[in-house]
Amino acid sequence: MPRMTMIEAIRDAHAVKMAEDDDVVVFGEDVGYFGGVFRCTAGLQERFGKNRCFDAPINESGIVGTAIGMAAFGLRPVVEMQFADYVYPAYDQIVSEAARLRYRSAGDFTCPLVVRMPTGGGIFGGQTHSQSPEALFTHVSGLKTVVPSNPYDAKGLLISAIEDNDPVIFLEPKRLYNGPFDGDHDKPVTPWSKHPLGEVPEGRYAIPLGKAAIRREGSALTVLAYGTMVHVAEAAAAALGIDAEIVDLRTLVPLDMETIETSVRKTGRCLVVHEATLTSGFGAEARRRRRRCLLLSPRIADRPGGRLGYPLSARTGVGLFSRPGPCGRGDEARDGGLRWAPSPSNSPMSAKASPRPNLSNGM
Amino acid sequence: MSGRLRLHVPEPEVRPGGTPDFSGVKIARAGTVRRPPVDVDPAEIRDMAYSIVRVLNRAGEAVGEWAGTLTDEELLAGLKTMMRVRAFDRRMLMAQRQGKTSFYMQCLGEEAIACAFRKALEPGDMNFPTYRQQGLLIADDYPLVDMMCQIYSNRRDPLKGRQLPVMYSSRKHGFFSISGNLATQFVQGVGWAMASAIKGGDRIAAVWIGDGSTAESDFHSGMVFASTYKAPVVLNIVNNQWAISTFQGIAKGGSGTFAARGLGFGIPSLRVDGNDYLAVHAAAKWAVERARSNLGPTLIEWVTYRAAAHSTSDDPSAYRPKEETDAWPLGDPIKRLKNHLILRGAWSEERHVQSEAEVDAEILAAQKEAESHGTLHTGPKPSVRDMFEDVYEVMPDHLRRQRQEAGY
Repeated sequence: MPRMTMIEAIRDAHAVKMAEDDDVVVFGEDVGYFGGVFRCTAGLQERFGKNRCFDAPINESGIVGTAIGMAAFGLRPVVEMQFADYVYPAYDQIVSEAARLRYRSAGDFTCPLVVRMPTGGGIFGGQTHSQSPEALFTHVSGLKTVVPSNPYDAKGLLISAIEDNDPVIFLEPKRLYNGPFDGDHDKPVTPWSKHPLGEVPEGRYAIPLGKAAIRREGSALTVLAYGTMVHVAEAAAAALGIDAEIVDLRTLVPLDMETIETSVRKTGRCLVVHEATLTSGFGAEARRRRRRCLLLSPRIADRPGGRLGYPLSARTGVGLFSRPGPCGRGDEARDGGLRWAPSPSNSPMSAKASPRPNLSNGM
Repeated sequence: MSGRLRLHVPEPEVRPGGTPDFSGVKIARAGTVRRPPVDVDPAEIRDMAYSIVRVLNRAGEAVGEWAGTLTDEELLAGLKTMMRVRAFDRRMLMAQRQGKTSFYMQCLGEEAIACAFRKALEPGDMNFPTYRQQGLLIADDYPLVDMMCQIYSNRRDPLKGRQLPVMYSSRKHGFFSISGNLATQFVQGVGWAMASAIKGGDRIAAVWIGDGSTAESDFHSGMVFASTYKAPVVLNIVNNQWAISTFQGIAKGGSGTFAARGLGFGIPSLRVDGNDYLAVHAAAKWAVERARSNLGPTLIEWVTYRAAAHSTSDDPSAYRPKEETDAWPLGDPIKRLKNHLILRGAWSEERHVQSEAEVDAEILAAQKEAESHGTLHTGPKPSVRDMFEDVYEVMPDHLRRQRQEAGY
């Protein structure tokens, strides 16, 4: 089976769909002749022609705005924002237009559009090349939001996104483009060619939107993560010897509650790890939804409680919580149900850990 | 020299209490502006962005190179359409005052633009309108009852109560869903036109924007994309002088005219008398032919005047003289076409009065039928269940759960 980096897998997904469907068109800044600053569209213009893959002016609202018109016409545009950090000029077009078009026209017009963008930190890009804006999209009805964590998923999910009849925000963790990242900047990157999920079948295959994947089975707790944090969580579980069940959400909207519920019922504890800022982050939403499932679980209610006793790192925000006591009262009111584990001093990551925030006042 | 800087904030010539003064509005005499071939080099017609194409003169005659695109029958149909639009507006304004709907927007004085423009398009072409182009729908015989049901948000509302009144949508009638966020449609329509070109089709787009909204970045985005890809699109700016209470000088800045915005993009740019049904049709036809012949975009500034309030939530007497409408030098589009048809011997005062009564009766009958399905505060409403439909093609579990929790 071919081995690909995430960049090659994304490029391949484009090529598969463009070959299959004349209505798929690809454009964005530097996307045409040059093939994108991260090379995700390299070779597409040469193979499919300038009508199908072309350079756009540096104008994100124009790129998304014209793509919405193309989608309304009946095409399936796939557009690239050069960085997720640059998407904000297009935010009105995404939120007020793409997301609402089907709804506001009662199905008269639809918007089968994919907006791809490299997301997240870890490439020393400073604050304008490192943001994780997923919660700005998951909050918006009418959008689907996808974050792949490996080449195999990236191709299958992008194919599903292109085939979807609703607008999809496709966030590509740029720290993973060339290899999985275990949270340690000082170690060399393991290339995707040495990782099982770097094996990417040729041709079309689709991973349905809204289906999570279990990356590591375990019984001590459930870790919900996506994108780069899947690999960081795996490395943390291995380093600390914790029998964690690691769930790679893959799609944030719609969220695979069935997989989450099954896992949390098994382990009785749940931790959400994400790279984005904590306040109003997707972790809060995942926590709310997870709590709902716990309330429905008699088995969890009988479990003894206990604060999780190991650290989670990051320079950026990481949410951690457990459900310590019998369900139905108490803890939620006192601390919002969201508890932070202090970082033990022996953790290699503790020096970088965020200070403990006062959640009852701060949120 | 003090050397101290001062901010320039433009002001209209007059405010309430003053005497309307349009002496600064330069109006070329009808028939004096040439009609270039559709494949003209844009550099050769730069002057047309500063002049004004007119066909009907003060006497009501059709003169010059732009005249002659319509037959008597077509002109009579145009007159009737404009009368229907005006009567529709009048009834719906009254309905809003009676509490039957929350909101309404008239296009009083601007009827010629949308009505005549629509007649230059073909089936399958797509408009990306603003909220003041109801004439596009009525000129294409969209059912008046459906429009009213949308305005009333009743059980027959095609948009299920989800949109502000007047924010219609009809793919079948080449009318893209209206957004409340201004200018977004301007760039979307350029994209629609690009798609038509990508597919090698023959359908074109027409995008619409008001003078005030040309200040939005989406206007400039649309101009860049239309210019770069030579999209088959007609770029329409309806300059009705007022953006709610803000006079057009705030959006225009120092550019002289809105049409001149096109010059830097190398887009052929016309300025046209928007209250002259014949001029609107002739200019629209020219631009549409350019687009359909793969010659690319055309920018048109339609010069007109918003004779009514911005909406039922607005009171223009607070910011402009009441007499300004009557002082507007380009007159009333319905009266001008009526006078022309009488001059041609195709119409008479008597037939006009009779026709007005017929149109009023038609609108009243449509209103009665629409109200039989309910109004804003009477009759059955769209179901709460509908609130969760059409958010996605297939309702995801979390919305299904929310709907169930709401009891539906």
